[in-house]
Amino acid sequence: MSDVLEALINVGVLASAIRIATPLLLAALGEMVTERAGILNLGLEGTITVSAFGSFVVADKADSLWLGVLSGVGAGILLSLLMAVLVSSIKVEQVVAGLALNLFGIGMAFYLFRAVYPQTGGEMPRSDTFDFAEIPLLSDIPGVGEVVFSQHWLTYAAILACPALWYGLNRTQFGLELRSVGNNPAACDMRGINVTGMQYLALVFGGLMAGLAGAFLSVFLSGLFFVDVAAGRGWIALAIVIFGNWRIGRILAGSLFFGYLDAYQLSLQARGVDVPHQLLLALPFALTIAALVVNRRRSHEPLHLGVPYFRGER
Amino acid sequence: MNGSSADSVLLRASGVTKRFPGVVANDNITLDVRRARVHCLLGENGAGKSTLADLFYGVHEPDEGVIELRGEPIHMVSPRDAIAAGIGMVRQHFELVTPMSVLENVVIGTRGEAKVDLRAARDRLRELCDLYGVEVDLDTPVGDLAVGQQQWVEILKALYLGCEVLILDEPTAVLTPEGIERLFATLRRMASEGLTIVLITHKLHEVMEISDDVTVLRRGRVVRTSLTSEVTMADLTRMMVGRDVDLAIDVAETPRGDLVLDVSGLDVATESGRGSLKQVSLRVHEREILGIAGVSGNGQDALFDVLVGMRSADSGRIVVDARDVAELSPAGRLDIGIASVPADRIHQGLMMDFRISENLILGRQRSERFGRRGWLNQKGIGEFADDSFAAFEIAAPSPAHVTRVLSGGNLQKIVMARELAGQPRLLVVHQPTRGLDIGATEYVRRRLVEERDRGAAILLISEDLDELLNLSSRIAVMFDGRIVGEVDRRDATIDRIGLWMAGVSDTPGEALA
Repeated sequence: MSDVLEALINVGVLASAIRIATPLLLAALGEMVTERAGILNLGLEGTITVSAFGSFVVADKADSLWLGVLSGVGAGILLSLLMAVLVSSIKVEQVVAGLALNLFGIGMAFYLFRAVYPQTGGEMPRSDTFDFAEIPLLSDIPGVGEVVFSQHWLTYAAILACPALWYGLNRTQFGLELRSVGNNPAACDMRGINVTGMQYLALVFGGLMAGLAGAFLSVFLSGLFFVDVAAGRGWIALAIVIFGNWRIGRILAGSLFFGYLDAYQLSLQARGVDVPHQLLLALPFALTIAALVVNRRRSHEPLHLGVPYFRGER
Repeated sequence: MNGSSADSVLLRASGVTKRFPGVVANDNITLDVRRARVHCLLGENGAGKSTLADLFYGVHEPDEGVIELRGEPIHMVSPRDAIAAGIGMVRQHFELVTPMSVLENVVIGTRGEAKVDLRAARDRLRELCDLYGVEVDLDTPVGDLAVGQQQWVEILKALYLGCEVLILDEPTAVLTPEGIERLFATLRRMASEGLTIVLITHKLHEVMEISDDVTVLRRGRVVRTSLTSEVTMADLTRMMVGRDVDLAIDVAETPRGDLVLDVSGLDVATESGRGSLKQVSLRVHEREILGIAGVSGNGQDALFDVLVGMRSADSGRIVVDARDVAELSPAGRLDIGIASVPADRIHQGLMMDFRISENLILGRQRSERFGRRGWLNQKGIGEFADDSFAAFEIAAPSPAHVTRVLSGGNLQKIVMARELAGQPRLLVVHQPTRGLDIGATEYVRRRLVEERDRGAAILLISEDLDELLNLSSRIAVMFDGRIVGEVDRRDATIDRIGLWMAGVSDTPGEALA
């Protein structure tokens, strides 16, 4: 029992919570921006998988972690562009396109993986991984230094992205246009805002962020690629956007909290504590449903989310 | 109340109060509806008429007070209870299954037997049609009927279910003058056959024409119930608005200036084929308001869309200031001074979850006044919003407030403030006062005339004939996608325009100019 309680505030657990939260936060921020422009991209899981593969294979073959990250981002953007063509230009049903993107992304990544690394039965291929970027002085603070200031550079970047995104969305012309498109594309169109262009840009940004999330999984966390590398993180990121009610602060909090839940259950498993960890894994989704109920009256869901826009339709 | 015998009271509201978050929609309402009479509920938008009707029909339950039918209190939790009690209602927005036939639509609401006896149903429906003089083909899919015809289907549904009281919510909004005449004749006949009619309207002349009794509502309360024969239109207006309002604003004639908008031979085919434009030609000059009259669905939507760039024309020319704009995007048209006020301000004009200030600058967020190098200039936006609030008398706590909470009149003022800020050369306005109360209506109309006097060319598409006759310099009438007649305001009469609206074209020299 003491193990169960001790793990709650264990420094290692807290540090790994932030680490685990990073890809969730990256993907959720990207998805939030996409959704603010009115596009629901259910293809996050597939995008993350493809990006994880893209990062892994380039990092391994070109022997450059930075190129790996870059190609992961590139893969994420390519996939989101495909989504953009489907939903913004051809105006396919967004849910259908997103689900198709998942199947396509995961299948494609695994196919390419097998093409590059034929099954040998031996060890799994491994790439290098980034070292932790310990911040001088700050990382020496006991406790806090290990938890907060001994993380990967991408973790710092993800957290700093929160205020930057807030400013971008709320204080720039571009941000106003992007949000407007998700609220009322017809009014925007009539007032001269390029609805399709905005949706493309929003999806590209979402792809970029999902690409970073994928890169984080392969070339930061594990140095591995496998078909289930995303392990539902794309879906959790979608849940976090809803849980966070499309607000950046709450998305940050939600990511950290869900990361913490995951880190906690991992540490319980590692300690051999007999607690059904599946319950903890399912908690994010249960909480998301609870958040939906609580937020029902004050939802900040973009009004035109998920609805294809056709000019001149009433 | 008016001294008639109490035993003829069929439906009664007694001390009924209904609250919604933030508003008291009905405040201690007491009124009697007498058997076999036509009883009008008159009031402005938001006076509580529709809420009261919903209470009579079981859509809502009153928070306080009771509804009584035949002297007995009745407790209704859903329209099903109302139907069982003999109350029928035709709502503003029809509840029809459009691919199904008239007969099938009428039978839908019936319950009881597992097997629907269509033959018996058809016979009964025929009887009803004959009894009240309703003409509608029972086998036509409802979707193929005109809106006015669809309303008859709704009426038949209520009758078929055996209602004793028929409530109609603004039934004339979708009808031509002839259609209204027919409806009223039928309602009179129904009343003489013993049916009780409750008619909701905000049009005074309808009250005078059709009703036996009239109850005026204002701000959720009953002002007075009277015998219609004992009141005048002026009395009713005073009761409705609480002050004397002459809606007809004083519009002085001004000499028109240069030609601004020149539309010729415009063809626009819509996807469904309904509301297409066929060879539409019209001209609007500086300091001139051209009114477009017509029953809704005769091409007004397509005309608006094609002028603002939301729809492209199949053929024909749209020339603004000697420049062909047919290929320009909405943004391009904005740039050359074409502004527009859409009919559906909520769906086409405003972002309801956004701040009022954000709506005020929509489309000009990249102008120098509101931003630099990608950043928004909060100060510039705030000043503009304050100016707009003052200039347009927008009643809202602050520009930072969410747009959703505002009344229809204030929403329209936001759209107008935004569209007029650029001093447009051409203003395309669609149904600018629909759903607004009298005060806001008057304000919007005055503003349009001011714009005209400033020098703008204005195309005013409206279904409100009074509005058109009051504001327009000339009136053109659309029917089935064509301009079937055009007349100078001085020569315009309701009768003549009404005929054109019904598709009866005459052969005057000035028509189809």
